[in-house]
Amino acid sequence: MTPSTTEPLISSTGKLGTASHPKVWDLTIEPQAGFLHLPLREIWEYRDLLVLLVARDILAFYKQTILGPIWFFLQPLLTTIVFYVVFSRIAGLSTDGVPAILFYLTGVTFWGYFSECFIKTSETFVSNSQLFGKVYFPRLIVPLSIVASSLVRFSIQLVLLFVVWAYFFSISAVQPQWTILWAPYLISLMAAIGLGIGLLFSATTTKYRDLRFLIQFGVQLLMYATPVIYPLSMTSGKLREWMSWNPLAPIFETFRHGLLGAGMFSVSGLLWSSGFAIFVCGMGILAYNRTERTFIDTI
Amino acid sequence: MASSLQQTVKNQSVGTHDDESVAIRFDRVSKQYRLGQVGTGTLSHDLHRFWAKLAGRPDPFASLGDVNDRTKAIPKKALASGRTKGLVESQLHEDSSDYVLALHDVSFDVNHGEIMGIIGRNGAGKSTLLKLLARITAPTSGRIHAMGKIANLLEVGTGFHPELTGRENIYLNGAILGMSRSDTSRQFDEIVEFSGCAKYIDTPIKRYSSGMTVRLGFAVAAHLKCDILVIDEVLAVGDADFQKKCIGRMQSVSQEGRTVLFVSHNMGAVAQLCDRCALLENGSLAFIGATSTAVQRYLATNGASRVQFNRNAQSDFQFSDVAIHDVNDKPSNLFAYDEPVLIVIGYQLEHRIDGLEIAVRIHSSNGTLVFTTHRSHQINDPVPTGQRTVAMTIPSNFLTPGDYTLDLGAHIPNQRMLDLKTAAISFRIEETGSAFAQFAGQEFGVVFCDCLWRDE
Repeated sequence: MTPSTTEPLISSTGKLGTASHPKVWDLTIEPQAGFLHLPLREIWEYRDLLVLLVARDILAFYKQTILGPIWFFLQPLLTTIVFYVVFSRIAGLSTDGVPAILFYLTGVTFWGYFSECFIKTSETFVSNSQLFGKVYFPRLIVPLSIVASSLVRFSIQLVLLFVVWAYFFSISAVQPQWTILWAPYLISLMAAIGLGIGLLFSATTTKYRDLRFLIQFGVQLLMYATPVIYPLSMTSGKLREWMSWNPLAPIFETFRHGLLGAGMFSVSGLLWSSGFAIFVCGMGILAYNRTERTFIDTI
Repeated sequence: MASSLQQTVKNQSVGTHDDESVAIRFDRVSKQYRLGQVGTGTLSHDLHRFWAKLAGRPDPFASLGDVNDRTKAIPKKALASGRTKGLVESQLHEDSSDYVLALHDVSFDVNHGEIMGIIGRNGAGKSTLLKLLARITAPTSGRIHAMGKIANLLEVGTGFHPELTGRENIYLNGAILGMSRSDTSRQFDEIVEFSGCAKYIDTPIKRYSSGMTVRLGFAVAAHLKCDILVIDEVLAVGDADFQKKCIGRMQSVSQEGRTVLFVSHNMGAVAQLCDRCALLENGSLAFIGATSTAVQRYLATNGASRVQFNRNAQSDFQFSDVAIHDVNDKPSNLFAYDEPVLIVIGYQLEHRIDGLEIAVRIHSSNGTLVFTTHRSHQINDPVPTGQRTVAMTIPSNFLTPGDYTLDLGAHIPNQRMLDLKTAAISFRIEETGSAFAQFAGQEFGVVFCDCLWRDE
């Protein structure tokens, strides 16, 4: 294996580039993907897979359960009751003049969507290593399918929220505002932040399993740092200043403002949330794409 | 030998074929795995390691990953020969023992419409090559180019969900493999018919037998629309009838002008199917050309008499090594026909598993399965736990002269495969004057049988 024997190999591969009609390949597999590689076209080609993965998650969830989709309702309902007893009856926290049950149910439903997006996305590599180790498809499909199937679940839970809300509306206990029209945007912001942070963590959990435990209880802590079970109006001074840096805070406040007529609507807060969502999503996708290429070697 | 080897590579891969007929081109592809330095799995371990490094102590987890002899030798050779230009410098560490080059500077072309076999021993780099082509992991250096759509079959039934019905799983599996829903719908009836599971198509597949699941998986895969089909030993599963069906399917695929890349240990199937073969040895391309020559060279490379397996952290049962000994308990893999062959199997069993069986299958060089033997046929006690060794003897005067390879398997019969090492090790029975000596080169079967003859 002297250098001279390798010479023909190099020159013949060099010839490829200089030929008059350089061959155009359909696929080239290279050591490093482009830094800002976002395979949008490929994801579009695999859109059927996205739909089927969502269908699988939903179907598999309630097969062989007696109550079926009722489980989707039970979880927010029970949590709301516990919060009502602990925070409203025992601790006596303010709910901004809104009926406590409705206040907590709103918070719990929305927080549930965010935390599910975040936790499940962060476990993408670990829980799909079998699949990823055997077949290629654009890897971003899996976190996207998680966000989508969580959205289906969330929509079902919204029905419950709406029923409870309609009751309180009929007895004139809440006054909805026009800001409710922001709701679809707020939901997508929440999904984007959950997805983005989840993707960032997914890249690290392949190497450090410890982070999985951190995420589980980190999400709980994060809930207390976000105005989910208390209104932002309860805080003041330095604390409120700090709280308003939480990009999730304006989302919850705006939503409550629209639906319940209580809470703070701030355009600058929403701008900050939007900026953060774009940033964290971009960083998450970058980190995810970097990991995706070789994670199977380290997992 | 090294230069003649290079000569072969050059002629076959880049020199003689023009670009138009090339379906896949491997262009100086290398894949390096890090050993020891890989994350230990938990943050605390990595901090521990970092601390040890600061204090100047050796890496406390360095033994992780089990470097085996054959792979250890490569990176040093590679560094010494100066043929690592293709590798990014920063990715090469001075202490080469931390790294393994699973593939080293592999270049060859696969032509449009041919069935190309990839053969080589365990650890030669076959699976790595497939993983790169399947885009499951990225090469360390070099490029792979391909024309047309590639379908990879590293496993059948990937992504099957036990709770979903056969019908739902066909769609899901098809989508995972890159089929659109309308493609699947159009071929749905054919897929069901090919699988032979029509009756159970609306039953959750957790109720299927393992054979049915495999058939369903292969049926989906066989109907993939692709230009290049990459198959890894899927033929090793299923009954004989089904295997015949699979081979037929592969042949018809290539007759339609599609390219097939077939990776296997089964020399019988390779010889039957492949036009050309690439032989990998220790991560490098050792030979590429006519199948018969490649198979001969594969068999001639006398394997080690002891093979160690890489450890997988999470499994309950794993084979750690296998060795072949002679009657004096000395390692060997050449035997006289009238000598017994001792197979010594090392394994690690974490906890007692009820019904666990350890089995050995012996194949002849043309791929015929000669026999299968289970530990429980001789010993009724459950398999002892811990790091243990079990030995098995093939009696003398039993196998006829020739090359034999053996598969190791650990399973709960008809339920679960715990570990499987195909073509783990091989040995040769030499012609040392048996009754068939005069018929050397002719077919006379794989076993001696002392039948009773009588004149009436």
